[in-house]
Amino acid sequence: MDEDYKVIDNYLMIRMPAEVDHHQSVDISKRADRYIVSKQVGNVVFDFERTTFMDSSGVGVILGRYRKISCFGGKVYAVNAGSRIRRLLLLSGLENIVELVEK
Amino acid sequence: MIEVTEKKDYRLVTNEMRLEFAAVSDNEAFARMAVSAFIAPLNPTLEELSDVKTAVSEAVTNAIIHGYGNRGRVTDRVQMNCELRGSILEVEVVDRGVGMEDVNRAMEPLFTTRPEWERSGMGFAFMEAFMDELEVFSEPELGTTVRMYKKIGLGGWIVSEE
Ligand SMILES: Nc1ncnc2c1ncn2[C@@H]1O[C@H](COP(=O)(O)OP(=O)(O)OP(=O)(O)O)[C@@H](O)[C@H]1O
Ligand SMILES: [Mg+2]
Repeated sequence: MDEDYKVIDNYLMIRMPAEVDHHQSVDISKRADRYIVSKQVGNVVFDFERTTFMDSSGVGVILGRYRKISCFGGKVYAVNAGSRIRRLLLLSGLENIVELVEK
Repeated sequence: MIEVTEKKDYRLVTNEMRLEFAAVSDNEAFARMAVSAFIAPLNPTLEELSDVKTAVSEAVTNAIIHGYGNRGRVTDRVQMNCELRGSILEVEVVDRGVGMEDVNRAMEPLFTTRPEWERSGMGFAFMEAFMDELEVFSEPELGTTVRMYKKIGLGGWIVSEE
């Protein structure tokens, strides 16, 4: 849903859904890229406040957005990532790519 | 398909279920919910529940997107067979899709044949990390069977012992 995407300054904020799986991830990536291109945002913030489930599809979404923006010096951030999501990020070696933000 | 035709010894089996569903992405959530409901009587911890759901999600997603090429055809079928032997859960996810040439290579972390679909090559690594045991049987053009085991409900047992 588009209300889950907000552009603030040079940041695209994405409120991630309750369940981040393959079914959801295709849509998230598509919408995010539309904002990245049309609003020319440099950085992406993934907010996991609502998220109770994630699998490797979520890793793909984060990595895919990172690849899109990092060549222009952009960064990806994760907000409200619980221990489960942190573990997935760690297992996938994303700890050097995603900056975890405490809120 | 790899026929695994060892004769089954039902003496230790305490529960069993078999599901068959269309290889469409809506059923990824369905499969996770089904396995959660199946193990609910064992009082799994939240962590155990997440572990099993993640592993099942990985195997079912692989069947849908790799096994059946992500074509979303209702006539393509995925089977999920679950079995309990006391507190040991066995989950089998079976597809009759394209199969794999080299299973060992496919199971290496970060190996993916679908970078263009933003796959990260972490699926098998997550199954391995979150389950106690993982077995993969596959044959090109015949399909793939992923079998996983996990001991469930240790938390509940400890609490009820006190
Ligand atoms: N059921 C299957 N049928 C055919 N090939 C498969 C199947 N499952 C996995 N594979 C192959 O094994 C590779 C690795 O699978 P794995 O789940 O580890 O990573 P991925 O699916 O590519 O990425 P991710 O799971 O991180 O999104 C896949 O890219 C695919 O080539
Ligand atoms: Mg996978």
